[in-house]
Amino acid sequence: MKKQILILLFVLPITQFAYGGVQIVHAPIDSADMDSVKRGAKYFVEYCFGCHSAKYMRFNRIGRDTGMSDAELRENLIFTKNAKGEPSKLGALMTTAMSDDYARQAFGIVAPDLTHVARTGGVDWLYTYMKSFYADPNRPTGVNNAMYRNVRMPHVLAPLQGVQKAVNKTVERRGIKIEVINHLELEQPGSMDEEEYDAFITDLVNFMVYLSEPVQNERKNLGWKVMIYLTILLVFAYLLKNEYWKDVH
Amino acid sequence: MGKLIGWIDDRFPLMKMWNEYLAEYYVPRNFNFWYFFGSLALLVLMIQIVSGIFLAMHYKPDSGLAFDSVEYIMRDVPYGWLIRYIHSTGATAFFVVIYLHMLRGLMYGSYQKPRELIWLFGMFIYLCLMAEAFMGYLLPWGQMSYWGAQVITSLFGAIPVIGDDLTLWIRGDFLVSDATLNRFFSLHVIALPLVLVFLVVAHILALHEVGSNNPDGVEIRKDKDEKGIPLDGIPFHPYYTVKDFFGVVVFLYFFSIVLFFFPDGGGYLLENANLNPSDPLMTPGHITPAWYFTPFYSILRAVPDKLLGIGAMGAAIVLLFFMPWIDRCKVRSIRYRSNVYKINLVVFTVSIVALGWLAMQHVNTKVTILSQIFTLLYFSFFIVLFITSKNEVTRPIPDRVTE
Repeated sequence: MKKQILILLFVLPITQFAYGGVQIVHAPIDSADMDSVKRGAKYFVEYCFGCHSAKYMRFNRIGRDTGMSDAELRENLIFTKNAKGEPSKLGALMTTAMSDDYARQAFGIVAPDLTHVARTGGVDWLYTYMKSFYADPNRPTGVNNAMYRNVRMPHVLAPLQGVQKAVNKTVERRGIKIEVINHLELEQPGSMDEEEYDAFITDLVNFMVYLSEPVQNERKNLGWKVMIYLTILLVFAYLLKNEYWKDVH
Repeated sequence: MGKLIGWIDDRFPLMKMWNEYLAEYYVPRNFNFWYFFGSLALLVLMIQIVSGIFLAMHYKPDSGLAFDSVEYIMRDVPYGWLIRYIHSTGATAFFVVIYLHMLRGLMYGSYQKPRELIWLFGMFIYLCLMAEAFMGYLLPWGQMSYWGAQVITSLFGAIPVIGDDLTLWIRGDFLVSDATLNRFFSLHVIALPLVLVFLVVAHILALHEVGSNNPDGVEIRKDKDEKGIPLDGIPFHPYYTVKDFFGVVVFLYFFSIVLFFFPDGGGYLLENANLNPSDPLMTPGHITPAWYFTPFYSILRAVPDKLLGIGAMGAAIVLLFFMPWIDRCKVRSIRYRSNVYKINLVVFTVSIVALGWLAMQHVNTKVTILSQIFTLLYFSFFIVLFITSKNEVTRPIPDRVTE
């Protein structure tokens, strides 16, 4: 948590100071929960993948790690087409269907690749970010974000979460009175209640944590085996050393 | 077996070398914990070379492909993640081991006559290792790789008259670019490892010529039995091979904990910001060097003038080379030296750690003042040592090793 805040302080200093009222909340994630990752993958493809790539990831890697069959992958995750107009291959990298030119026309910017976002942005930040959109008529998308001022991303999850409004307060900074956000309030409900929405983004963030290092669970599993092996070896190495050193001391 | 060895021995000094370097190389019997780090450094060098060879099979030294090829290693190459984490954890382990090995040398006066050359070779190894680590750090071609290299190479620009041309010559371009990446790759995988191995051989040859020092700083070769074997010596093999093997397993224990459970070391070993591909048009807000360079980076930041700062940073390393001549005391081991020396060494060690920590903090007045204080303390170590060591009041040295 502390680390993520530090990263944020470095990455997004302006955001932090201008919107002091909304706190980063702790994301209740568990990236070893493969069912959650599986759901998250589906949500990712449905809601994020239209604009964002995860271009270092392959579809069938998700299948392998979460236990989805090729047929399930085709049904749930692969909706994009390759350059020849055929459906993307199972082993294809997850590049978005949106062209860079189109993205620039629509948003003025190419949406960032999300492969590593859980590590570069921070897990808690990411989680809070998806909870922090609020209506702002001054923005072309009609929304702003308390975690990322003037973000160009529209609130694609609004049909689920609903629309929040910002409740401001006046604070004094260096003798100047300014308006900052105190908290966000749900103004217009979406199809999910708060609990459902939190569970939804937990799955999504879980997937992104997995996405940032797909091997992490395998790494830890192998690690335990290696540690057990080394523990046994340590005992024998110690006994061997003592056996030889008996006649020195 | 005996026949085969005989056949080889007629053509190559196999048993001769075995005896000279292991079975009949007599080592003081009182080595303690601190004496593990020499053999461990050799182990880490092997780990880095082997893992590096496999990484180079999949890595592409091209500014357009480098970042992607590292991700390819991490995601698609079978056990590529393991090889890369071994290599990145190995880099940190190398410096941990080397720093402890150097501290051992300072504690027991292992640089004193007749071991000056061992120390000098060791310092060149350290220098070479820093260059090796710095150039290796550029290869993943992330934001920290890129801007770290940009900052460090720009330091050469502060040198009067030739600075700009020198920087251009080092980078091969007006900024860190594909040309820089290619030459750093070449130096990282060929030139510097060759030099490193050569220096390690020289380091060990020099060591075996004069024999190892020990925690008491007593010369064991002065007391020999009728066969010419030092009374306090035991053959390296099998005694220290089995002892070092135990040390190796303990080391691997810690190494594996980092490797498998904390490979990014909380962002200190592999920085999260380095997962953003390098972008010459976007400078990150906070650029810090890898942890093993941080004390010197702090010294650089502590001096207000850029050129003087670089001079101070260079001097911080160069002074270490002269340790055998700065320390004029005849007693080697800290066990028998004065409290002045003990306090001096403790202050020196604390300063290095403090400077390292300070380099990771955002610059503000407090950080700068603290950096300046610890920089002064760092340099005062050498001054105090030079002044006090000549007539240092030491405790009597035992005739033979204790324990």
